[in-house]
Amino acid sequence: MANFEFVLPPAPTSNVKPIFGEQDLIRRSASTITPPAKRQTEVAKLIDVTKCIGCKACEVACLEWNDLHHEVGSNTGVYDNPPDLDPDIFTVMRFTEWVNPETKNLEWLIRKDGCMHCEDPGCLKACPAPGAIVQYSNGIVDIDHEKCIGCGYCIKGCPFNIPRISKVDHTAYKCTLCSDRLAVGQGPACAKACPTHAIVFGTKDDMKKHAEGRITDLKSRGFRNAGLYDPPGVGGTHVMYVLHHADQPELYAGLPSNPTISPIVELWKGAVKYVGLSALGFAAVVGVLHHLVVGANRVTAEDEDNAGKLKQGRS
Amino acid sequence: MAVPDKARASYEVSRYTTGARINHWVTATSLVLLAVTGLSLFHPSLYFLTGLFGGGAIVRVIHPWIGVVLFFSFLGLFVRFWRANLPSRSDAQWVSHPVDVLTGHEEKLPEIGTYNAGQKIMFWLMSLLIIVLIASGVVVWDQYFYPFTTIPQKRVALLIHSIAAIVAILNWIVHVYAAIWVRGTISAMTRGKVTGGWAWRHHRKWLRDILASRS
Repeated sequence: MANFEFVLPPAPTSNVKPIFGEQDLIRRSASTITPPAKRQTEVAKLIDVTKCIGCKACEVACLEWNDLHHEVGSNTGVYDNPPDLDPDIFTVMRFTEWVNPETKNLEWLIRKDGCMHCEDPGCLKACPAPGAIVQYSNGIVDIDHEKCIGCGYCIKGCPFNIPRISKVDHTAYKCTLCSDRLAVGQGPACAKACPTHAIVFGTKDDMKKHAEGRITDLKSRGFRNAGLYDPPGVGGTHVMYVLHHADQPELYAGLPSNPTISPIVELWKGAVKYVGLSALGFAAVVGVLHHLVVGANRVTAEDEDNAGKLKQGRS
Repeated sequence: MAVPDKARASYEVSRYTTGARINHWVTATSLVLLAVTGLSLFHPSLYFLTGLFGGGAIVRVIHPWIGVVLFFSFLGLFVRFWRANLPSRSDAQWVSHPVDVLTGHEEKLPEIGTYNAGQKIMFWLMSLLIIVLIASGVVVWDQYFYPFTTIPQKRVALLIHSIAAIVAILNWIVHVYAAIWVRGTISAMTRGKVTGGWAWRHHRKWLRDILASRS
């Protein structure tokens, strides 16, 4: 094992120069923007679940780079630790023990969970604060904590249950795809730390090609349902998985087989928003028109006389 | 025309007690604040309204608390007014003459008690909407109630909350417009009194009952 580099060729993390900024936004929450004429090369992180050994080096690297200090938790009797994503944990390993009914083998499925950086991000769609969630033309979906108001709408918009609201500064946190590293030409911290190169990073096209090679290899070794997870329901993602059982993504700690932005969120952020506001404007206009046409409903002298007569008749 | 209504008022009748008026204005203030804060997060074009309160984060914090104030304040109004809003025989006749109602031909309508059918519909609709709004609002009040519902339930709650809020604001527009259109109404909620002529014209049965109970 002396020649480590020979056994594990370097991940393709050095071919991209994703220098990007405000001028590269293609989506901005609660805002109308003109996307740049030229889109940057789309990047992607490819997580090869079949190569993951569950060492959690990616979790540690993520904590290190993002300077996150999570409270020491307690062991709940399973390998999942910490048990879930939270404002200080942007990525977790989710362990699933599964008996393959065909082979009777116990398979240990380990999926690194975190933001998928959807091409059509539900969090951004749901966000009411202008610019609090942005999408760069290279595909990264990021949160601007200065603009985030902590309403939690992104949680409802996300098809993967990823964002978490901090109890400290009351803003939403999730994986940034190491946008601050990428901007200076570095790969994501998790990919750098992965000892088996189960996490690789590069252009989306390169990552798809890399996945193809992996899938061919897996198929030749009996995993005939091996495949790439790049769900079209959200326009594809910029974090993709190679799965041994791509026909059953739910096996991997409930990875949705066909994630989409919930139709309820689409309705709320679509028709209801426009029809609702129009209805209010319409009602106000009808009121003004009614007053112009009908005029004020005034009490007449006759009414007062009649009221007076009624009172005298009584007394 | 230039003579204000009050100048030729024969006498005034008391319509709302001081308690009822305070209760009404607490409700009104919280409803307006809720509408403004709610709308500011409902449509991006209205996000600038958060500036009135010190930003989106503060709006996120105060909106649900104002909702709690509204709920209890409206509960007070409900307890005060629900009896007067029970349906009566004349309601059907009122509802079936929308043109006379909208053109102010009240001589063609039946004599009205404390409230007409439109006011009653508004009262019950608002009561229902406020229950829906507080219930759906609690579901999406993540600060205190996040663990009690699932994300799909919260999505439904947000949709219901926004639709109910729009209907409530529409209801409010009708309420405010009616108070402006029917001159002499606003004094009922400011000074608590209306003129005898106003009562004769708009709520004659109520006036008869009041005068009868005095003698």
